[in-house]
Amino acid sequence: MKLTIPAFVGRIAFSALAALIGAIFALPLLWFLFAPFNARAELGLALPDPWTLNNFVTVFGNSYAVQALWNSFIQAAGGVILVGAAATLAAYALSRSSIPGKSAVTYILLLFSSVVSGSAAMVPIFLIISAAGLMDTHIAVILTFAGGLLPTAMFILRDFIDSIPKSYEESAMVAGASPVQAFFDVALPVIRPGIVVVVVWAFVNIWGSFLIPFILLRSDSNMPASVAIYSFYSEAGTPIVTLLAAYSLIYSLPVIALYLFVSWKFGFRFFGGIKA
Amino acid sequence: MASVEFKNVTKSFGEFKAVADVSFDIGDGEFVCLLGPSGCGKTTSLRMMAGLETPTSGQIFIGGQEVTHLHPKDRNIAMVFQDYALYPHMNLADNIAYPLKVRGEAVAARHGRAKEVADVLKIGHLMDRLPSQISGGQQQRTSLARALVYPAKVYLFDEPLSNLDAKLRLEARGFLNHLQRDMGMTAVYVTHDQAEAMALATRIAVMDHGHIVQFASPIEIYRRPATTFVANFVGNPPMNLVEAEGAQVDGKLALKAEGLTIAGLAMTDAIGKALATSNKLTLGVRPEHLGIAQTGAANTITAPLFANENMGPESLVTLDRGDSARVTARIFTDDHLDLSQVVTLGFSAEHVHLFDSTGKRIPALGE
Amino acid sequence: MTTEPVPSPPKKVRNFALLSNRAGAAFLTPAGLLVSVFVIVPFFWVIFVSFTNRTLLGRTALNPEFVGLANYFSLFDPATFFQRGQFGFSLILTTQFVLASALLGQALLGLLLAWLIQTVPPWVKRITETFVIAAWILPEVVIGFAWFAFLDRDQGTLNMLLEGFGLPPGDFLLQQPFWVIVVFNTWRGAAFSMMLFNSAFSSIPPSYFQAADVAGASSWQKFRDIGLPLIRGHIVTDLILITMWTFNTFTPFLLTNGGPSYRTELVSIYNYRVAFQDFQFGKGAAVGVIMMLINLAFALVYLSIGRKKKVR
Repeated sequence: MKLTIPAFVGRIAFSALAALIGAIFALPLLWFLFAPFNARAELGLALPDPWTLNNFVTVFGNSYAVQALWNSFIQAAGGVILVGAAATLAAYALSRSSIPGKSAVTYILLLFSSVVSGSAAMVPIFLIISAAGLMDTHIAVILTFAGGLLPTAMFILRDFIDSIPKSYEESAMVAGASPVQAFFDVALPVIRPGIVVVVVWAFVNIWGSFLIPFILLRSDSNMPASVAIYSFYSEAGTPIVTLLAAYSLIYSLPVIALYLFVSWKFGFRFFGGIKA
Repeated sequence: MASVEFKNVTKSFGEFKAVADVSFDIGDGEFVCLLGPSGCGKTTSLRMMAGLETPTSGQIFIGGQEVTHLHPKDRNIAMVFQDYALYPHMNLADNIAYPLKVRGEAVAARHGRAKEVADVLKIGHLMDRLPSQISGGQQQRTSLARALVYPAKVYLFDEPLSNLDAKLRLEARGFLNHLQRDMGMTAVYVTHDQAEAMALATRIAVMDHGHIVQFASPIEIYRRPATTFVANFVGNPPMNLVEAEGAQVDGKLALKAEGLTIAGLAMTDAIGKALATSNKLTLGVRPEHLGIAQTGAANTITAPLFANENMGPESLVTLDRGDSARVTARIFTDDHLDLSQVVTLGFSAEHVHLFDSTGKRIPALGE
Repeated sequence: MTTEPVPSPPKKVRNFALLSNRAGAAFLTPAGLLVSVFVIVPFFWVIFVSFTNRTLLGRTALNPEFVGLANYFSLFDPATFFQRGQFGFSLILTTQFVLASALLGQALLGLLLAWLIQTVPPWVKRITETFVIAAWILPEVVIGFAWFAFLDRDQGTLNMLLEGFGLPPGDFLLQQPFWVIVVFNTWRGAAFSMMLFNSAFSSIPPSYFQAADVAGASSWQKFRDIGLPLIRGHIVTDLILITMWTFNTFTPFLLTNGGPSYRTELVSIYNYRVAFQDFQFGKGAAVGVIMMLINLAFALVYLSIGRKKKVR
């Protein structure tokens, strides 16, 4: 098809506008491409001269900073295992069993999960954790996130399982498999892509969050990177830019890697409410 | 191999009765097709045999044993699903061998058996492929292989050919027919394609709105359809049905309808009984029993030509009797018909089917 | 086969299911427990606490007293309601924030982006998407710091650019803190709307647009007459979701700390300050209750729309 001249101009204008918006979105992030590699980085945008990895060496030499990354990992991994396992089982039950009141339970969960946000429920969450004697422990953060992320994870997975034909398990059972065999041999492997998506989503959420660990943790040895990053401030409250930049980049890497993984593996299809 | 019996089986989904008080008996070694339009209850019936639905009431027996509430895994049946249900994460060997795996057979033994069956079905060379890496026809045969890999009492088929294109479907149909002759398996086969049912079945159960309307051999269903519904469902194109007013004149049956000229048909007691309730009768003639005839001759239908579809050796000639009442004839191709013409189609009295005002067949003499 | 009509005992017919009720209940238990303790219990607990004078420290930490509606009266005290640093000011600020950054900013920008990337060459689409999504997925503290650097009075990239274009630089975090967090939140969250609308647009059969092309429609006409009406449902979904998320967001705290002088103190930040800096749990809980009531209103609208969709 041959384009008319106005149509051609329109195309170019569209591309230019899209590229311009993309550039505006990139602006606040550009700084991160350079500052971590600049031994004299300041808040301004400047090409490193010379490029160096010294900032990273300093960060890795800081045991507190490394410990914080490890804490982030423990909390995110723990939360993800809980969310992944509990959400898979629950979503499978919501999709495949005919428990009475199933839809009512779904409705109530959906309602509560959208009403009870972290910033609205910070007081009772603090009190529950405190009453349970779990204050300032990894398990407090893990459990809080598991509970908070589970409803959404369940609904994403339930929709995913609903979209899988029941004939997979049916054919297994007709062929002689018990419900347990059908679940592990057939259903679970088929659901796996959905579980991966939910797990990645939960990981990114816990890894990046600030408020919940900020409230529930006290000691330095338990702080995740999102909170520990504020230790790279001088006594006067001004940031130590070089370290902050390098640490931010390290801290962001898992998120970027997971995003690339998901978009490579699944083409970053859109899952409803993937980020709460 | 075993028999299958339904005893007053009803399945309701809320208010909706998918299967309503159905009883039948399928003998050992029979190939029975459940035929009907979508929503007629055929798939629900099949799924109740498999144990994937539980009847609301009634009993189901397989091989004389009651299985009504038995779990599918304990019924020793095999089933081919419409979407094949091939496990996407297993290669063909593991897919086909899965029923043997759950029966506790060792890897070598079950893969050996799977290969044997796959070879028969001409997919033996694909055993390490994933289902997504083979064609639709090969997927269909894989699902068939998975059903045939173990000795089942009954083989259930849920529209197994409906996802194939026309050419592959014919091929697979022929193969299933051969397989049935070879193995003599008891099979129940759900389809909405009357040609498939005619080609494969030893008996056909025609279903409508949860009821079995007729349960008979294909030839019986073709020759003596029990109702206008069956007449209209079986045959391609389906039987022509002409609504007419019947009356007894000089000891013969006279029929009156637009464009219809008919010599008196032999009167029977059955016709008399039907006329006693209502004079509205339906005359049925299959398209293949109609031919071009002289205008004004006896046993003819005359109407303007609506369409003339040339299919090569034969043509479908359709007349429009008004109010979208159409009559179609399957005749040898005739180049001389043109669309402006009024055409007369004739038939012989022995090919006439009569149905009463409720659509029930009025038995002909000697039936 | 004997066909004696044996009066079968009235057996309870249990319909076949892929997962039995008992197994289903077992499968639901772990999730049920976690959600109950960390979602449902907090909901009721926060209501209870809001009627007490519980504090973090001191006498009322262990033995809080029932104070009735006192916390609510202090929140809605007409004498101070609209003053800076008070609940009313924060609520109005949040409303403006939601209107400007979610409903106008994120939704409109997301819609524009989704429409643009339908037609642009794949590489433009990929680059644009990458940055928009990066803004959305990176950890909030990193984003907060990036903006802190971006907006720096003396060296920040923004002022550098402004000077490059011959415009006066400014200390935006001090001068225009509200508009800073509005732009910030728009930037941070536009990806969600873009992706939602993008998937909505892609679900429209291309033949609809080709038919319009044949009829000679312009890009704007196609957007207005075909694209927009067909994704109406998605727009409603998007608006409700981003409203709820923006209403509850805590991220601007990482950029402005709620300041300067409470000018960016959204209700979530107000709640944090009252509960965890002033240690008034009772009053903080009351703020939480009001936030949840507002959430509930949006959630009910959202769910009723979702239900209608399912019925259809």
